[in-house]
Amino acid sequence: MKSAPTLRPDLALIAAQVPTGARVLDVGCGDGTLMAALRDTKATDVRGLEIDPANVSAAMELGLAVVQGDADRDLADYPDDSFDIAILSQTLQTSHRPDRIIDQLLRIAPRAFVSFPNFAHWRVRLDLLWGGRMPVTRLLPVAWYETPNIHHVTVSDFRDLLRGKGIGVEAAWYLSGDKPTSAAAATWRAEHAIFLISR
Amino acid sequence: MATRLQPVQHNQIELNRPLALDSGAVLARPTIAFETYGPINAARSNVILICHALTMDQYVASTHPVTGKPGWWSKVVRPGGVIDTDRYHVICANVIGSCLGSSGPASVDPATGKPFAMAFPVVTIGDMVRAQAMLLDQLGIERLHAVIGGSMGGMQALAWAAHYPSRVERALIIASAARHSAQNIAFHEVGRQAIMADPDWQGGDYYASGRLPVKGLSVARMAAHITYLSEAGLTEKFGRQLQDREVKTFGFDADFQIESYLRHQGISFVDRFDANSYLYITRAMDYFDLADPHGGRLADAFRHSPVRFGLVSFDSDWLYPTAESRRIVQALHGAGAQASFVELSSPFGHDAFLLDSPEMWRLMAGFIEAGL
Repeated sequence: MKSAPTLRPDLALIAAQVPTGARVLDVGCGDGTLMAALRDTKATDVRGLEIDPANVSAAMELGLAVVQGDADRDLADYPDDSFDIAILSQTLQTSHRPDRIIDQLLRIAPRAFVSFPNFAHWRVRLDLLWGGRMPVTRLLPVAWYETPNIHHVTVSDFRDLLRGKGIGVEAAWYLSGDKPTSAAAATWRAEHAIFLISR
Repeated sequence: MATRLQPVQHNQIELNRPLALDSGAVLARPTIAFETYGPINAARSNVILICHALTMDQYVASTHPVTGKPGWWSKVVRPGGVIDTDRYHVICANVIGSCLGSSGPASVDPATGKPFAMAFPVVTIGDMVRAQAMLLDQLGIERLHAVIGGSMGGMQALAWAAHYPSRVERALIIASAARHSAQNIAFHEVGRQAIMADPDWQGGDYYASGRLPVKGLSVARMAAHITYLSEAGLTEKFGRQLQDREVKTFGFDADFQIESYLRHQGISFVDRFDANSYLYITRAMDYFDLADPHGGRLADAFRHSPVRFGLVSFDSDWLYPTAESRRIVQALHGAGAQASFVELSSPFGHDAFLLDSPEMWRLMAGFIEAGL
């Protein structure tokens, strides 16, 4: 069996938080890196949903159960409460209706990890302010016309969405590079945000 | 045009127990023809069962004894291949009801000394799988590393997982479905009616007459063959091109290449396939619906299944469209089973699973090796 590569910082953080033995659905699981880590270190029963067939094949080679599909459309097929935890890492901003995906996650599982790049990070703001152009940064590396990120979101936007829906935040982590940053400074300083939300 | 099937010797075994069929009928000592490839290990834990499609056969990786053509998956099943016969012991058995050495309507009925013809009992996909399980019993093989099949072979792989979950480690179901759709039944019925409308069919009792329903079977094959392709594939391969001529003949000759191709498909099919077997196997597929014994709840066919499932569909396959595979995946999720699914892109329709498909091959190899 292939050994799992080093986890991206947001994935490592999520992996550390998932309780041992939980039933986990990883939405937008990519090549299954996080899934493999969860299976191997937490003995979780973990399943994946991924839009790219090449990624699904790669995950299947790791012995993972991954279904090719589109989160916007195919989450509706999962039964209520079929998982303990849903994970949506770096996928929210690529979806057509992020709000509906959040609803689906918390229908399928009582708790969900959601991570996304914070569009209000100071470097992004500076790019827009001084450059007058859509930012191309380390976490948002693709030009506006070909980026899969069609719903840019900031930490404040996401907090508002959760508040509007009456969704609780159990915990939140903010990363600048690999380093944590405080909630108060997050809207400026976080490149990544990771929320643990619950019904 | 050939008028009779050549008698050919196949590797066969007589089952040492009666085969009880879903219809209630019993075959006392049916014969199963099968081929094997690659060595079996001492623990008998390296066995892969491949289930063949409607008009395929056990010659998955060896020369077809009638047509002389290479095995239908010889690029996949070979030493060092996607299904590596240096490491796996591959078994493929001719399905019950077929005509390549397993008991079917062309077999001799011990009660009369004549071919069964239409007196052969109607068989199901479940019966095919039960016969395969009995074959494995007799070969001393308890458990399968994998059961793999495309189209009707995928139905068998699904049925294996549903009926013998403890004997199957993983099941790979390609371009298939958990039930035959109304459209699929409709196409099969066209084929059957073409055979039965041929005067040479003679109520199925044609074996001793020297006349075979070659026209009917050929038309059945032509109609079915269209369903295995796609409009894009047909347009790419044939378009409206004329066959060996510059202008239209204003007649009913095969002016178009596609007509000539279909006629060839039909005519070459009758050399290698028994018309009554075609009736019986299409019927078995039509009756297939794994959810039926569970009040329509497919998930109940796989409740807490320990089998690892892999499903593959092709985007241009309108005979077994992606929606059918997704329905299976949803049911497997509902049942709490481990399931993976990929829709691959191909212009070749249903036939894509038999053609060169590096994406499918990579995925198959990964699925077979996963967890080893």
